[in-house]
Amino acid sequence: MKAGTNLEKILDSGRFAVTAEAGPPKGTSAAVVQRKGEILRNCCDAVNITDNQTAIVRMSSLAGCVLLKQTGVEPVMQMVVRDRNRLALQSDILGAVSMGIGNFLCLSGDHQQFGNHPTAKGVFDIDSIQLIQMMKKMRDEKQFLNGEEISGDVPMYIGAAANPFADPFEYRVKRLAKKVKAGVDFIQTQAVYDVPKFARYMEMVCEQGLDKRVHILAGVIPIRSAGMARYMRDYVSGVSVPDEIITRLEQAEKAKEEGVKIILEIIEQVEEIPGVHGIHIMAVGWEDIVPEMVEKAGLMPRPIL
Amino acid sequence: MKTITAQKPLEEILQCLGKSQGVYIIGCGTCTTLCHTGGKAEVMEMKEKLEAAGKKVTGWMVIPTACDELTKYALQENAEDIAAADCILAMPCAIGVQTISFHLQEDKPVYPALNTLFLGLEESPGHFIETCLQCGNCVLGRTAAICPLVRCAKSLLNGPCGGSVDGKCEISPDIPCAWQLIYDRLAEMGRLDEMEEVEPIKDWSSSVSGGPRIVDVDAESGIISGKTESEAESAQN
Ligand code: SF4
Ligand code: SF4
Repeated sequence: MKAGTNLEKILDSGRFAVTAEAGPPKGTSAAVVQRKGEILRNCCDAVNITDNQTAIVRMSSLAGCVLLKQTGVEPVMQMVVRDRNRLALQSDILGAVSMGIGNFLCLSGDHQQFGNHPTAKGVFDIDSIQLIQMMKKMRDEKQFLNGEEISGDVPMYIGAAANPFADPFEYRVKRLAKKVKAGVDFIQTQAVYDVPKFARYMEMVCEQGLDKRVHILAGVIPIRSAGMARYMRDYVSGVSVPDEIITRLEQAEKAKEEGVKIILEIIEQVEEIPGVHGIHIMAVGWEDIVPEMVEKAGLMPRPIL
Repeated sequence: MKTITAQKPLEEILQCLGKSQGVYIIGCGTCTTLCHTGGKAEVMEMKEKLEAAGKKVTGWMVIPTACDELTKYALQENAEDIAAADCILAMPCAIGVQTISFHLQEDKPVYPALNTLFLGLEESPGHFIETCLQCGNCVLGRTAAICPLVRCAKSLLNGPCGGSVDGKCEISPDIPCAWQLIYDRLAEMGRLDEMEEVEPIKDWSSSVSGGPRIVDVDAESGIISGKTESEAESAQN
């Protein structure tokens, strides 16, 4: 056991994991996070708290994780390297571990240009793969990046993202291998809409034996309307939404229901793909739908280990 | 290589000049002439604009290469017209502006008329790309001679990120993804295996993060010291 978190136990026991995502508020309300925690409590094994997602300032991911934990939900603390240098990242890790947070997710972060402070200086002192390396060193060697000793244990279950749909496609599995080499324990992928492409990616992952060295959770984003699908296709970096899905939503009488149906079909298909050890549901601003989706996908009740 | 510059809006220039009435304008015959931001034509244009705004231009000159030592003599030769002005409006790059200010004999403000953008490489005629932020610890040997620090929007040393699509960077469909370029060039050379190693964390102390960078160069033996003045002094003692 690396951190002994619920997520780690479920993945290590070979069960199919379910994680979700919750964005903290653009304000100071603890109740917002708590409410999302209540909704997601019984249907997921852990919940990611985003870190200034899309470069929009929100309550810190660390505070969000603490609030979530208080509601009895296990958090995954997302950390982007866009906003903090190596000093700040390490000190937040110490703080998070001291508050009992055990799951972490290393990300580059969307470029600041996309957010609400586009004139900010992007930090990018280290990159996301180097962040994995740094966390591993802190955990396994109990050392800071500079080699100095850390007092106390630093139990961490280290996660990262992967985007099988970004380019160059042939390099994506190699980049995943780099993350594995750096010490990642689990991966949450970008939203899967193009299942055949994802299957090809996973095939390469398995060929290289990476499925034995890292747990991969396939990402899904429930879609509410054809407009949202088009928006994601055109404006969300690195997401590819096949035209067929857009047509289905356009022609559906009740787009919301059709959207849920589409995602359920995707979940069913990815569950069958070798090497996929769970799903990660990113219902941005639509957390209410998650319990229903997990239920309908036949993934309830969640195991208690 | 050129220093790429852009003219500041006239409004900002006038605000900078403030109450100064007499202005002496200095252009540069090298980079800002080539960029059409601070050569003779632009100096003349600026003169007209300032006069239209009620300023008195006491004189002007275009120094062949304003960042050069010889700027000192150019200033001396034109001392009279400069003395008649309340300030200098400088149209070289920021290095030229500072060279002028450094060699100026009198206490007179030197205001920049341009924004200095980057050191540009001419990729195709008139098309300049940023190539180096002078980090002091070059990694080009491992990145197919394409600088990931300035050409990747996130300065990633282990790219490309998940936003790279169709060879473009996530920040704009007009900007190539640096890591796609690096990938392609390494692939051409059969060196893709080099992208499998995790590039180590960067030492930024050799960059401007480490404080102002100063070196002493000996005419015969080259750089004899770097880093700080006190270090340079103790090295000499
Ligand atoms: S790695 Fe550093 S020195 Fe080399 S080109 Fe890039 S910024 Fe310049
Ligand atoms: S898309 Fe390419 S250039 Fe842009 S930030 Fe990502 S890796 Fe860097």
